[in-house]
Amino acid sequence: MTNSIEELAQADVIFVIGSNTTEQHPLIGMRIVEAVRKNGAKLIVADPRKIRLSDFATIDVRLTPGTNLAFINGILNTIVTEGLANEEFIASRTEGYEEFKASVLKFTPEKVEELTGVPAATIREIARIYAKATNASIVYAMGITQHVTGTANVKALANLALITGQIGKEASGVNPLRGQNNVQGACDMGALPDVLPGYQKLSEEDVLNKFAQKWGQNFAHGKGLTVSKMMEEAAHGGIKALYVMGENPVLSDPDSSHVEEGLQNVELLVVQDIFMTETAKFAHVILPGASFIEKDGTFTNTERRVQRVRKALDPIGEAKPDWLILTELIKAFGYEASYTHPKDIMDEINQLVPSYGGITYERLENQGLQWPCPSVDHPGTKYLHKDKFSRGLGKFTPAVYRPAEEQVSEEYPFLLTTGRVQHHYHTGTMTRRSWALDREYPDGFIEINSEDGKALGIWNHSRVKVISARGEIEARAVLTDRIKQGVVFMTFHFGDSPVNKLTNRNLDPDVEIPELKVCAVRIEGVR
Amino acid sequence: MKKVLTTCGYCGCGCNFYLNINKGEIVGVTPKFDHPVSKGKLCIKGWQGFGFVRHRDRLKKPLIRNAAGEFEEASWEEAYKYVVNKLSNIKEKHGGNSIGFLSSARCTNEENYLLVKLARAVLDSNNIDHCARL
Repeated sequence: MTNSIEELAQADVIFVIGSNTTEQHPLIGMRIVEAVRKNGAKLIVADPRKIRLSDFATIDVRLTPGTNLAFINGILNTIVTEGLANEEFIASRTEGYEEFKASVLKFTPEKVEELTGVPAATIREIARIYAKATNASIVYAMGITQHVTGTANVKALANLALITGQIGKEASGVNPLRGQNNVQGACDMGALPDVLPGYQKLSEEDVLNKFAQKWGQNFAHGKGLTVSKMMEEAAHGGIKALYVMGENPVLSDPDSSHVEEGLQNVELLVVQDIFMTETAKFAHVILPGASFIEKDGTFTNTERRVQRVRKALDPIGEAKPDWLILTELIKAFGYEASYTHPKDIMDEINQLVPSYGGITYERLENQGLQWPCPSVDHPGTKYLHKDKFSRGLGKFTPAVYRPAEEQVSEEYPFLLTTGRVQHHYHTGTMTRRSWALDREYPDGFIEINSEDGKALGIWNHSRVKVISARGEIEARAVLTDRIKQGVVFMTFHFGDSPVNKLTNRNLDPDVEIPELKVCAVRIEGVR
Repeated sequence: MKKVLTTCGYCGCGCNFYLNINKGEIVGVTPKFDHPVSKGKLCIKGWQGFGFVRHRDRLKKPLIRNAAGEFEEASWEEAYKYVVNKLSNIKEKHGGNSIGFLSSARCTNEENYLLVKLARAVLDSNNIDHCARL
């Protein structure tokens, strides 16, 4: 997030697109509801489903999955043609505006209405409300990114913030909500194939020299494969061994049969986890790790706040904290690793990652710190891009449009989109084993528009088969008016209705994120 | 009763709460009233999401697949030795880039850092990623 969660309360306009905030980020969702109810903020919601936030929205739009980009371009077009752009901000803080302006002219609200089904008048009204706000915050999540146009979608939202100057000040910015507790931290720590910890470049000599002092001279500093490509290479023989720590790709990755093929094909699969997950079943060796309740460390939340995790119970059985397993394993390979507590590892991070330079355990004792925090006397950073962007000037990206890769056909007439519910988490490894949560959502279900259900001859709560070009699964039908006709919704929490057997491997060309949000299916009743 | 302040392990909100521990068991959760995100409130997972921690399905010992294809309990020494031998051989034969590492958005910063170090510095592999895209 460029802003802090607290700042949402001060926004007078909040634009939520591709985020079911009350379910996935409940406490942020609550903050948005408060901004509306207590401070009279205007809320704009765009989603394929009528989500809980829709009930509080000034404008609420049902988007067909895969049409975000056209929709955002329509808003941008209106801002340009109605003279709502913030010329002063554009002149002083941005570049590439003229080229962008020319590219967006073809996305008239009328044209966008044809592509998205959202009325032209509504698109214009959204543009006016957003552009005229004193402080407007954009909030998005995987509904924006899990598309073949994921990168283009994010850039289009950045265009929107730049053209109106709604960024770099209190309560104004672009705020991706990071899904998992420490996905921000995993990225910060360099668990990515194309950067070193702290997003430092693999090609910069100073950086490499600095790391060589802690990592030894010959560490690998090339660009590696993304998880999607690793799974492909595992199936094709290029990857011979996989080490999987605390992930469950069989349920979470697209096209699970393909993932299973890769896992079966490797010579060695090491899984470090707390449960026998669907993925661990394929392992050659399993190392039992500890949960967040059983170890010390830090997590970094979606607003870049680094906070302490504290051990409350001993690890179960002979299980060990994951940092200890890795420390002992590095030693077993004959390398030096003298960490006796996660604090020792953070000391090393302090020295190598500038944005974490001043984030020490002593300072985290009472409260978290938001990076960038380069030194021990730095207070941390509430919001980013205040006086300048990381790259200097904010860059406009020319507007483009590309529809979703997979479209409906006679054989597969429905668009399936995926998501989550508040009571479960990701592949459900933990929440499905916490009885008070599993009791509320005990089985896999599919939301179908009531009219569509009627046409298909399906009763509420009857079993249906959901079939895509990749596979078929069964689930319980939930008929509802909260979803657009022609669109169906499932979660990926349930091992017995594994929705990723259906999803496809179409990837965004820039960052290789799979288009999990759009998949063509057909639905049949089960007798 | 002991109260341990910690950060929730579920979503990216990063709420804080106290785990109330009595005789080695979690007996309840108390929200932190002055926390900048949660401000004394929690969602259903914050209140109820700890049940898994002593669930009977937890993995309690290292497991190694035997010749018959079944998992067998092993000591930590045996498990480390197995992993080191196999990975060293594969690295020797096919190079570090034949090994892939999936780190975890559920694990701590320190653990993610160490897995990156294991991949790049110890096993000479560039292939490190996690499920940020999923």
